[in-house]
Amino acid sequence: MEKTLRYLKNGETGIISRVNGHGPVKRRIIDMGVVPGTSVTMVKCAPLGDPLEIKVKGFNLSLRKNEAALIELI
Amino acid sequence: MGTAGLTIALAGNPNSGKTTIFNNITGARQHVGNYPGVTVERREGARNFQGQNLVIVDLPGTYSLTAYSLDEIVARNFIVEEKPDIIVNVLDAGNLERNLYLAVQLLELERPVALALNMVDTADKLGFKIDDKKLGQKLGVPIVRTVGNRNEGTDALLAAAVNAASVQQQPIRVDYGDDVEQKIALLTQELETVEDLKYPKRWLAVKLLENDSAVNENVAALQGGTKLLLSAEQARSALKTLCGDDAETVIADRRYRFVGEVFRDAVVKDDGAENFSDKVDKVLTNRVLGLPIFLVLMWLLFNFVFTVGAYPQEWIENGVGLLGKFVGSHMADGDLKSLIVDGIIGGVGGVITFLPNIVLLFLGISILEDSGYMARAAFVMDRVMRFAGLHGKSFIPMLMGFGCAVPAIMGTRTLENPRDRMVTIFVIPLMSCGARLPVYTLLISAFFAPDVAGTVLFSLYVLGIVLAVIVAFIIRGSMLKGDSEPFVMELPPYHMPALRSVLMHMWERAVLYLKKAGTIILAVSIIVWFLTSYPSEVDFTKDYEGLTAAADTAFTETVDQKVFAPLAAELLVAENAEEQSALESLTAEVDDVYAEFEEQTAELKAGSAELAALTTSKDEKLKQLETDNEKLYPLVAAFMDEKDKIKGVSEQIAALDTQFEEESEELEEGSAEFLALETEKDAKLTELEAENQKLFPLAVQYHELQSEHNEQIAQLEQQQASEKIAGSYAGRLGKMIEPVIAPLGFDWKIGIALITGFAAKEVVVSTLGTIYSIGEADETSAALKATLLADPTFSPLVAYALMAFVLIYVPCLTAMAVIKRETNSWKWTGFVVVYTTALAWIVSFIIYHGGQALGF
Repeated sequence: MEKTLRYLKNGETGIISRVNGHGPVKRRIIDMGVVPGTSVTMVKCAPLGDPLEIKVKGFNLSLRKNEAALIELI
Repeated sequence: MGTAGLTIALAGNPNSGKTTIFNNITGARQHVGNYPGVTVERREGARNFQGQNLVIVDLPGTYSLTAYSLDEIVARNFIVEEKPDIIVNVLDAGNLERNLYLAVQLLELERPVALALNMVDTADKLGFKIDDKKLGQKLGVPIVRTVGNRNEGTDALLAAAVNAASVQQQPIRVDYGDDVEQKIALLTQELETVEDLKYPKRWLAVKLLENDSAVNENVAALQGGTKLLLSAEQARSALKTLCGDDAETVIADRRYRFVGEVFRDAVVKDDGAENFSDKVDKVLTNRVLGLPIFLVLMWLLFNFVFTVGAYPQEWIENGVGLLGKFVGSHMADGDLKSLIVDGIIGGVGGVITFLPNIVLLFLGISILEDSGYMARAAFVMDRVMRFAGLHGKSFIPMLMGFGCAVPAIMGTRTLENPRDRMVTIFVIPLMSCGARLPVYTLLISAFFAPDVAGTVLFSLYVLGIVLAVIVAFIIRGSMLKGDSEPFVMELPPYHMPALRSVLMHMWERAVLYLKKAGTIILAVSIIVWFLTSYPSEVDFTKDYEGLTAAADTAFTETVDQKVFAPLAAELLVAENAEEQSALESLTAEVDDVYAEFEEQTAELKAGSAELAALTTSKDEKLKQLETDNEKLYPLVAAFMDEKDKIKGVSEQIAALDTQFEEESEELEEGSAEFLALETEKDAKLTELEAENQKLFPLAVQYHELQSEHNEQIAQLEQQQASEKIAGSYAGRLGKMIEPVIAPLGFDWKIGIALITGFAAKEVVVSTLGTIYSIGEADETSAALKATLLADPTFSPLVAYALMAFVLIYVPCLTAMAVIKRETNSWKWTGFVVVYTTALAWIVSFIIYHGGQALGF
């Protein structure tokens, strides 16, 4: 199984290889700068387990686990 | 745009400080409206700069210009259709790459652009070194450094913008890569042959490749459109095969790649140190502490609202009360007075009283929003909200619903997905709004002991929340099934909220609430007054006038017998039988003079000429009697004096009793303070006795008879008023629906109150006051509480069922109007009306019968 953003551990950094999914979700993810070649760092998980907070292109982005699962890392 | 002035469109990412800059430029000269046909806020302002009149339009904040959200479509349509003279793109300097992603898209719309490199102070602290000159050169547009929070750079920005409007720009063109550029060239060429293109060709070509749904629609309607769409489709397939991903993704990707190069060329960053926001979030969104901290903040917010708000609340209440009394005493009795005092001041006054709470709640929410914390709140709460079928972003509108549903429903605009938005709108009415609070306050303080009052109130709020979760769950699972909106959301850096921004946000929402008061509630209060006052000729079951007169006579006789007779026996003693009878007739004559005087002056005002004349006439008559009966008159005079003294002492006793009642109202019987007040009262009574040893017992008797009489009269008045209401239009309405609400333990009087609550919840209490004939009643009215307690229909259980009903059933008229506007559908508005009323009935039924079964 490819490594996805969903399973990145706190503090770990990864490089995006591909963004899966389609339609508004995918576009939104990409519009925020989560594009292939970009490095992302996992910051933390929300207190109740979902959503996740990542650092990308210098800012903090939160997204749900099922959305993070769409993002493949190298 | 001509010499008349320039139009500037402000565009930029959310959280880029765009609105602060907008406020800096326009100050107070701004107003909010809507873009035609859509529920997107349009904020416009004006500014005179260097002799020119500028119109500034604050476009919705967006991250991109796709067709996926209404905000983005509105922003790009504004630019293309209304052709503003300049676009000022506000960039967050600390987030430049992402902000530039939007910037290059704005450039593609081929209107003059000026860039504001905003929040450079924060960027500095984060370690960014931005060569803005280089950036501006590369992009081919003017760029100005600004710090919106400190109003720095505003004038320079305006100057650059105004200048840009008159200069021909050569903005940079994004290089999407050879493969994509080839396709763009192809489509652009085809577009050359099409006429009447509103949009720039290159932009259209790019959008067609992105499979932009709005552009597809527009192009389909053009001549030659179908052919174009076909070509675009082919180009997209080709790119997909070539690049391994759909064209839309490829283009966005290439755009970021391009932007990345521009960025790296002009910006250097020192790596590493944790920024301030991250440090704060270590605590605020901490795995363990995050949720408790959130709950504490919410608790603090509510405490702030209610305890601080209590002070201005009291002042306003007193003010309204004084106004009512003032108007009441200066107007002649009659319908107009009743309309103004009972109807208008009573109804609207209640609303104004809650204004401090509403304002404080919105102040708190604005501060939390502008500081950046609200995003964290949505982050923390998303899991819970999703479980309920809602969205993390639903949280803030729902929170606002605790103040007033009207701005809350408008606040759901942040939810892009229509399904998420609708569900949120549907459950906001279940967040117990401020208008329902007077109803709770009244019923809880009347029917529940002070130590459980807080819990009862809290239980109602919790009930609303629980029902909201259930309803959202059901609706989401049945009627509005479908994908939820992506939760991809920025967590903006924390910053000190700008005071002006916060106050403006708060003010806007408060004004909405006030407008509601000024219009709907005023209208409803008048209607309620009308419905309960007419028809005014009612066939009474008893002859109230006659009964009152009889009671009066009985009172006077008993007083004469029990109180004044013993007194007379003592004072009116003559030396012989002849004198005695002369004395008696003299007494009767003097009595007549006084009685006549009383009758004639009953309706007159103090200080009037007529009163003075009658007083003189009375005095003359007495003087005459005195001269005629030199010997006996002094005895009579003394008797009259003593009678007055008795009445005086009796009044003092009554005053002490009233004072005691008022002061001990909130206290528990048997408590230390209560007993202290009692002792004080007794002490004062003893003092009074000592001062008037002889007359005191008679005064006490007089006082008792007086009290009994007053009660009798009050009862008769109440019965009469009650019959009057029953015969009024409102009464008939109430009786009509009585069968429907009887299973809930409610009667027709409650029915009337509920009907008026349909239009505005704030009016329920004043309507109850009218129905129970307590003029000008609010939720602190002791008289109203006492009357409710005395009514056999009411009991703590019924009171609770009623409060639950008020909590759940139909939101007020204004809220319904807003729902219609935001959903653009009568069907869904009707749905809300039906489901809330049905749910209210069911829940009240369960409470009432369940409670009875449990023995309450």
